[in-house]
Amino acid sequence: MTDLVFDAVSVRYGGRRGLTAVDRVGLTVSSGQVVGLVGESGSGKSTLARAAVGLSPVSAGRVLLGGVDVRKLRRRPPLQMVFQDPYSSLDPRMSIGESITEAIPRGVFSGRAARREEVARLLELVNLDPGRAGHLPGRLSGGQRQRVALARALAGRPEVLIADEITSALDVSVQGAVLNLVRDVQRRLGLSMLFISHNLAVIRYLSDIVAVMYLGRIVEVGPAEQVLTDPQHPYTRDLLAAAPSAHTSLFDTRADGATADAEPADPHHPPAGCRYHTRCPVGPLVRADREICLQVDPTEDAAHRRHSAACHFSEDESRRLTIPGGASTP
Amino acid sequence: MVATETVNRRGAKWFAALRTPVGGFAASLLLVVIALAVLAPILWHDKAFEIDTEAIAQRPSAAHWLGTDALGHDILFRVLVATRLSVLLAVLATVIGVVTGLVLGTLPSLLPRPAARLVTSAVNIAVAFPGLLLVLFCSVIFGVGTYGAVLAVGFALAPAFARLAQTLSASVAGQDFVSAARISGVGRIRLLVRHILPNVGEPLVVNATIGAGASLLAFSGLSFLGIGVQAPDYDWGRLLGEGLDGIYVNPAAALAPGVAVVLAGLAFNLVGETVAGVIGVRAGVRKLAPRPASPARESSGRADDVVLVVENLQVAFPSQAGLTVPVRGVSFTVRAGEAIGVVGESGSGKSLTGLAVSRLVEAPAAVTADRLEFAGKPLLTTPERDLRGLLGTSLAMVFQDPMTSFNPTRRIGRQLAEVAEQHQGLPRAKAFERAVDRLRTVRIPAAERRARQYPHEFSGGMRQRAMIGMGLMGDPKLIIADEPTTALDVTVQRQLLRLLARTRTERDTAIILISHDIAVVSQTCERMLVMYAGRVVEDLPSAGTPRHPYTKALLAATLDLGTDRDAPLAVIPGRPPEPDRVPTGCAFADRCPAVTDRCRLEDPVLECVEPGHRVACWHPSETSFSPSAKKTVTAGGAE
Repeated sequence: MTDLVFDAVSVRYGGRRGLTAVDRVGLTVSSGQVVGLVGESGSGKSTLARAAVGLSPVSAGRVLLGGVDVRKLRRRPPLQMVFQDPYSSLDPRMSIGESITEAIPRGVFSGRAARREEVARLLELVNLDPGRAGHLPGRLSGGQRQRVALARALAGRPEVLIADEITSALDVSVQGAVLNLVRDVQRRLGLSMLFISHNLAVIRYLSDIVAVMYLGRIVEVGPAEQVLTDPQHPYTRDLLAAAPSAHTSLFDTRADGATADAEPADPHHPPAGCRYHTRCPVGPLVRADREICLQVDPTEDAAHRRHSAACHFSEDESRRLTIPGGASTP
Repeated sequence: MVATETVNRRGAKWFAALRTPVGGFAASLLLVVIALAVLAPILWHDKAFEIDTEAIAQRPSAAHWLGTDALGHDILFRVLVATRLSVLLAVLATVIGVVTGLVLGTLPSLLPRPAARLVTSAVNIAVAFPGLLLVLFCSVIFGVGTYGAVLAVGFALAPAFARLAQTLSASVAGQDFVSAARISGVGRIRLLVRHILPNVGEPLVVNATIGAGASLLAFSGLSFLGIGVQAPDYDWGRLLGEGLDGIYVNPAAALAPGVAVVLAGLAFNLVGETVAGVIGVRAGVRKLAPRPASPARESSGRADDVVLVVENLQVAFPSQAGLTVPVRGVSFTVRAGEAIGVVGESGSGKSLTGLAVSRLVEAPAAVTADRLEFAGKPLLTTPERDLRGLLGTSLAMVFQDPMTSFNPTRRIGRQLAEVAEQHQGLPRAKAFERAVDRLRTVRIPAAERRARQYPHEFSGGMRQRAMIGMGLMGDPKLIIADEPTTALDVTVQRQLLRLLARTRTERDTAIILISHDIAVVSQTCERMLVMYAGRVVEDLPSAGTPRHPYTKALLAATLDLGTDRDAPLAVIPGRPPEPDRVPTGCAFADRCPAVTDRCRLEDPVLECVEPGHRVACWHPSETSFSPSAKKTVTAGGAE
């Protein structure tokens, strides 16, 4: 059916001194699959998603939907997106019914009654009372707004859905309900989904495939269970270790003195060689003999490594760490 | 039913605005102007054109209250009759200006980029010219006369409106709902008409009203100069011009049209202001009658190491239905070197509690407490002047948004140094030295160089660390961190939490960590207060077993890396009560699996169930968790 393929996509803002937010990223969202994209803010994960729907400019590479470049597709490609902020993603002046109706492709339903019925069906699909179609978003809670946003995205009859941090603005108690709903809808409609979050636990819960992004590049990608239990890239290991959990101590035993307070690199001037070397706990900061990290970009031959890890020493390191890195499932 | 309620509320807002002195005056003035514009020509047209040959260019008399002009016309009637033309032309010019401005302002979002740039630059250039110059320029182009002048004033208004419309629509166009509409294939014009214009309408209407006042003035100016309305028509500007010729004979002839212009202009401007007040954020603030704060009990039996005592803290806001009380009787103590987490969902009152403790809650909110003492000083009764030094050096706050917590125009080091200069009286150089030292303490790399940088050169995590560094400039006994890591990534979050923990052990500083993330809190603090609907519902050791159903539900709903991937996630049905509609019984009753009749009638108080563990629940778990009660779980709302 429909695969969403990022083929060496770059997104560049500004002129010569500009910023490459996404740098030659390749990623495939296969039909019916959920790909979780995780990374810190500024890593380019949202930019990548926005590139797929034409909201950020693709300066090199292509985004293919079912084998066709999305820029050449007709006006309404079967690709929809749900945004992070439930308070700005709905027009405050339009009733939620109108917002959803607007997203229904023209010509699919003729007549007002048919469209109203479709809106009711969509609202029911996201567990909202269809009687609320006339309400303005101002009277809905954050979680309810995200449901409406999801219903609006589904109104476009998408085959691929992009969810950009859709629960990060929600309270814990609401987050669960929205995630349950997203998973339920995804399975029922057989949607392909690119699910973006900075929260590994959320990514882990929903995704079949996990991709880890750092400074505009994907540094590791693989089946969710494998990536999380047997991470190959040191950044993935660090993310796992840093995930807050009542079961782990703030100060873990592993010595990471040299890199504990390292700053994220400046995206305007990405480091040469491996982009992670300024923070890497197994890189040249800690082990002086690993000069290769300073000079050679590990993404060049990442495809040969396990999980396509962009790390020169991924195999050495994962062999060394007999315990699966980071927080293993208790 | 609810829809009419909204309408009523809005109506009430307008009514309230009318009852303010400015609003009432503006409305009645505008009414008079409109009434005159409609009625005066009908009633007095003949009188205004009547030529009294016996009284030419006379002073005010009983027959002609404001005198007569050179042809013997009665000036009073002429001023009254001129209202229609003056106001009409001003409104017409404003309409032309607003419409042209809207078109110019919204074109850039419709046109392809190069053309859009061209329009934007043209507008920018036009904005740079003084308005009057543009009017004169346009009236030369369009020719002398009424129509020329209307067009001139209209087009002179346009650039300002274009700029306004452009700025407003740019900010709306950046919102997600516009992106969402674009993705679903909504065309540019529909986007503009359905999504952008309705959301920029209000400020534009306000400015148009004020603009009408301006164009009235401009138009009168043109007529006064003789390039506006031509004889035999007349408006206030022309009357003013004619009256001025004989000002030494009859000052009233010039003053009357002048006063008319001022009054009508005032009417437009004040109405604009009133409208802005109603639809904008400048809503009237109702004063809250301060409740008598019960005098702080003498700090008897106080242990030496207690840093903060809070007893029955309440924060109340005035609202339409009387009082909203988002914090309803919170009590806790913090000892030196202790780390306490405050957990709760948005709206639980956790942030307000932190703000109230640091005396940052401003009027119209009222803070009351039976006892609120920091370092032995009662915070509510000590005058603010005496507190400033104490709070400045002993209490540090770290806020959620690292982007707004520093002044963007000043170097980080100087902002830190200021604390030492203010509170410890250190000289400039010494204070800066200390700032660099504290930045080093909070592990800012290359502190010497970084201290000379501006906040925008710092990353979010570094800014939060610098904020803690600022707190360390004094000798803080307590750091209140309000969601300090919510905007940060997990790796940076860990850095910051470690820094807080380290500061605590090194300096014996107490910490209150406010967070929505129960995992973060239990990692960092040994004790946590769980807040719900403005109350502490459980106060327990982080390592302890929660006994309040809400704490348990919150814990169950928290995702971590061990969550079962195949089971649906636990959720808490329903939603918290609105702060102005808290039920009489337990606020959690509607969402609670163990609810009984008693819960709906009586509000449980926070009681000790075991040493160091307080719970506010009639049925704390391990005692009466009957499975039959669980059925009620699903009875919540959509959430």
